[in-house]
Amino acid sequence: MSSSPYPIVAALDALTGALFLLTALGVVATRQVLASLQLFIMQSLLLSLSAFLLGIASSSVHLFAVAAITIATKTLLIPWLLRHTVSAEVYRTREVERVLNIPISLLLSAVLVVLAYVVAAPILSAVEVPFARINLPLGIAAIFLGAFTVAVRREAVPQLLGLLAVENGVFFAGIAIVPNLPVIAELAAAVDVPVITLVVGLLTRRIHTRLGTTSVGHLSALREH
Amino acid sequence: MLERIVYNLLQVFVVVAFAPLVEGVVNRLKEMLQSKRGPSIFQPYRDIWKLLHKDEIVSEYSSWIFRAAPYVAFTAPVFVALLIPVLTRYPLFFAFMGDMLGGGFILALGGFFATLAAVDTANPYGPMGASRTRMVGFLAEPVFIVVFLTVSFVAGSTIPYIVQTKWVTPIANFFEPSHVLLMIAFLMLILAEDGRIPVDSPSGQFELAMIDRSKSLEYSGRGAAVMKWAGAMKFFVLITIFLNVLVTPWGLAPEGSGPAGVLLAIPLVLLKVFAFILVLVFIESSLAKLRLFRITEFLGAAFVTSVVAMITRLSEI
Repeated sequence: MSSSPYPIVAALDALTGALFLLTALGVVATRQVLASLQLFIMQSLLLSLSAFLLGIASSSVHLFAVAAITIATKTLLIPWLLRHTVSAEVYRTREVERVLNIPISLLLSAVLVVLAYVVAAPILSAVEVPFARINLPLGIAAIFLGAFTVAVRREAVPQLLGLLAVENGVFFAGIAIVPNLPVIAELAAAVDVPVITLVVGLLTRRIHTRLGTTSVGHLSALREH
Repeated sequence: MLERIVYNLLQVFVVVAFAPLVEGVVNRLKEMLQSKRGPSIFQPYRDIWKLLHKDEIVSEYSSWIFRAAPYVAFTAPVFVALLIPVLTRYPLFFAFMGDMLGGGFILALGGFFATLAAVDTANPYGPMGASRTRMVGFLAEPVFIVVFLTVSFVAGSTIPYIVQTKWVTPIANFFEPSHVLLMIAFLMLILAEDGRIPVDSPSGQFELAMIDRSKSLEYSGRGAAVMKWAGAMKFFVLITIFLNVLVTPWGLAPEGSGPAGVLLAIPLVLLKVFAFILVLVFIESSLAKLRLFRITEFLGAAFVTSVVAMITRLSEI
């Protein structure tokens, strides 16, 4: 970390990374649907902040573009889509039923973070990018935690947010390894992700109007009468 | 040498004298946030003074533990104040008598005696609150251990005076992820250990819902005064450890600044404590008290935060 020419930028990026990881943990643990949506927005803001900081350090216009696109899609467009496609009743609910209770899922999340650092170690020895030491393990940890969210939660909207958190994690790791990411790749993701959100949101709306619930856990018992 | 002993005793004096003031400011600010005027910030002093002049009633079924517990609870923070940096940046005379874990054990001893005393009188609410405090305590213990292990690992020492300068030399260290996460974990620990919202409501008067405060319900007169004072001092000591060891050594007297520097440090430290209280009051006023079994989740979150802090620290080296 001290080897990089921008110690303050590196420190700020590390701070952003720590908060990024905390929001990922929050998406796993919070009960309210609305709170997990807000945590996701915060996570996306931190992602764009990290992209901005890395853009300063490596003076890369691409990363500024990444930051701008992230803010536009993930903090404005996707929350707007989710709020308007899924009915407001869903956001008022608390998720009572989970696969695992919160303390156990938090402890498993800690194990996943350790695992992320273990997985990141061999990759880190292969790449020679100054910021990868911070971003890569934390990004991988966010990927794991997002996947864990999908596995552990039973409401449709938090599961979707878990999926989007995986996407955030991929970018968080990616911006450090490939500072000159082609903008076309980021643009493609920026178009894809809202479409996925729209589809899942509309599907959830249909399920909610038909069944009165969006608890995905019950879907295994669904049958026709 | 003599000078350092005097400064050390001055630290104890500061803790003893200003602890009720901190409590008074917290109470006043909380009421002000609710658009009330609130009691004077010197109200805890008046309460203690009044209680000291009242008769003490002790249940004849209680043992010596009930009578000794307030004094043990009062002495514990006094001893910890000898070990931690309250005013100075350089180690004082008693600094090497015990490390941070030792300080933790001494504070735990005071809590242990308060618990025993609550069980001693066989008042139905005392043991209930005491067992709840133990529950919160043993959930908080792993967080405490992990936080201090990480902090000691960073500094290569468990003496708080040596630890405190590591986070700000160079200043970039302050923003290290492990440092920020440790601060968050320890803040949650303070809320739990001192029975603040969201873990417990310090101003609640409903015995069935009490956690921390019900332990001293049976005390009256001098015992109640000493217990109240001891509680305020424990809170002050926890804040001081948080601010001076974990957050920053800013505002403390540097080496060779003489008595003027040490005296100047007193208002600066109080200012820092005041800034912390503002944050604390904001947290307490914006959250609701958790149900008893949700405390596991709260402290589980604190534990995971501290473990993540440890991991990020270990993997960077």
